[in-house]
Formats: sequence, C-alpha cells, structure tokens
Amino acid sequence: MRESTIMKIHYGTALAAVALVAVHILMRLTMNFAESLEYETVLANYKFIPYALMLELILILLSVHGFNGLRVILLELKQGRTYEKAVSYGCLAAMVGLIAYGSRTIIMVNMGMV
Amino acid sequence: MAQVSSVADKQTTSSKSITLRISRYNPEYDDASRFMEFNVSYEKWTTVLEAILEVKQYFDHSVAVRYSCRQATCGSCGMMINGKPRLACFTKISELDSNVVTVEPMSNFPIIRDLAVKFERLFDTHHKIKPYLIRDDTEIESDEKEFLQSPEEVEQYIQFANCIKCGLCNAACPTMATDSSFVGPQALAQAYRYVADSRDKGKDSRLKMIDESHGIWRCHFAGSCSQVCPKGVDPAMGIQLLRGYLLGFRS
Repeated sequence: MRESTIMKIHYGTALAAVALVAVHILMRLTMNFAESLEYETVLANYKFIPYALMLELILILLSVHGFNGLRVILLELKQGRTYEKAVSYGCLAAMVGLIAYGSRTIIMVNMGMV
Repeated sequence: MAQVSSVADKQTTSSKSITLRISRYNPEYDDASRFMEFNVSYEKWTTVLEAILEVKQYFDHSVAVRYSCRQATCGSCGMMINGKPRLACFTKISELDSNVVTVEPMSNFPIIRDLAVKFERLFDTHHKIKPYLIRDDTEIESDEKEFLQSPEEVEQYIQFANCIKCGLCNAACPTMATDSSFVGPQALAQAYRYVADSRDKGKDSRLKMIDESHGIWRCHFAGSCSQVCPKGVDPAMGIQLLRGYLLGFRS
C-alpha cells in the first residue's frame, strides 16, 4: 500500500475517532462515573447493538490509528530492510489481535457467554 | 586539549576580540572531536569564515574548512555556529553577540575532517527527485521559442529555485537526525519546485518517489529548515504544499 494511502487512513481514523469518542463521552455523561463503570451497566452497553457497534468502530479506528502511529515512530528510530518489515508486519498483527480481542468481548456478551 | 593563541597583534585597528572555538576531528586518527581555542580580533564586518581563515593563515593551517565564493552563493561553508546551522561567510561575528564563537561541522552529515562534511546523501536525494524539467518536447522542437510562463506561474515556485544546496536545512532537521533514510527538506523542497513548475510534466514520477515510508510523510513540520535557510527558501511550506498533491487538495 502506498504511504499516502496509509496516511490518508491515519488522518481519517483520527478525525472519525475524535467524533465517535465525543459521542461516547456524551453517552457516559448520562449517569455518574462510578455507575457508568458498574458490571451490569457495561454489559447493558454491549447488549445495546447500536452502542456496541459504535464501540466496535472506536476500537477499530483507534487500533488502526494507534498502531500505524507506533509503526511510524519505530521506523524513525531505526532503519533496515528486515527491521522495517518486522515492524510493519508486527504492528499489523498487533492491530488485528487487539481488534479481535475487543470484538470477542462484545460478541461473547451478546451470545450470552458472559 | 585546548590551544590558546592570539592574533591581536596582527590587527592593530581592532579593539574587540573573541574566542573562536573550532571543533577538530579526523575520523582516521581521533576517537572523538575536541575543541581548539584561538583569540581572534574582529571588526564589525568580520565574518566567521574570515576569522577561521585568519586562524588558518597565522596559527594552524591544518584546520579543514570548505569555502569558495564568500558571498552566500556557493553554499560551501555551512557549519554549526554557536549551535545553529549557518553559512560562515554570511554570519558576522558582531551579530552573534557573544564573546565566544563555537564552530562545529554541520549536524546530520558525516565528517570528513574538522569542519568539512560529506554531501553524498544530500546530492543523492537531490538527484533522486529529478531536479530538472521533464517533458517530451523541447524548446528547440516547439513552435514557441521558449516555454512561456505567466508571472503567477513563476510565483508558484520561484523562491524554491533560490536553493544553493548548502545543506543547512538538512542539518537543522530533527527527522534527519534519527532517520538515516529520510529524503530530507532540501530534496523535498526541490521536488515541490519542479512539481509546481507549469513547464514540468514529471509530477507523477516525482510524487511516486517521495511517497514512500521514508519520504514526505516523515516530516513532522518542526519548521527548523525554514528558519535556518540563508536564501529565504521555506522548505517546510514546500513540503506542506507537496502533501496537498498527495492528499488530493492540489492538482
């Protein structure tokens, strides 16, 4: 993938994440902080499909943005063909892993496994 | 080890003097650089290059320094003067407002000896971006006698054509310090210079060249390149304008 395409995704995910995290914070303001973090409340959020989809989207956006940012930082720290390939594929694998782990939590709640 | 010498007796008209600290380093023999100190008299018009040449003339002819035109045109005498990349021939001692003037080789360049550095990386990246007009026809074959441009078209790139390849922008760039593969502000500014030229048809190939993992996107817009340019070129702006092409804001 061309670097400009990657950077377009990088900037796009940042803007989208800012918008969605703002919505997420506003939703959390409907109740006090302690109540918002209660076990039942969290499960209820995951079971409310539109909200769960938004959380899933935030997870994807922040993972893509964050791991690409990490890739860029690591590429500037050291150079070398093998190192750069390892960093790029490593960040991609970590990103997929984090999204899969986060999605698994939401799916397990909705399947009644939690 | 520091060597203290004075040329005050040679300049009877001057009442002021400074301590000139020159970084000495020969990669073939030295493990690390060291400073040698010289007391040098100066007038209000004396440049740092003139002070260095005075040291070479009267005390230590082995000080290695690259220079040529002495009028900020050839771009040969770039060095760190009191920690900032400057042209030695374009920097007056009186303007530095300091009793101690420290000269070191430019940062982000391999040292040949003392103040002389290797320019291979700069010239390689400059060459890589194809710093010439690319088009199928020529001025000789065209019906027109020359490729005409309106003043507005010239305005798009003319300040970038003032680059003298002195390397001060690359010496000031924080990304150049860590990323040994980074194209650098000099080459990127020159890429913009040709991309923005209405006579040029090589935009796509140039943009492709800089659109890679150590290309234009590694610029963090610190802006130090633009601050140190002795010719008033603004590489940081050129880089941002060039990004506009890659992001689709400019065509």
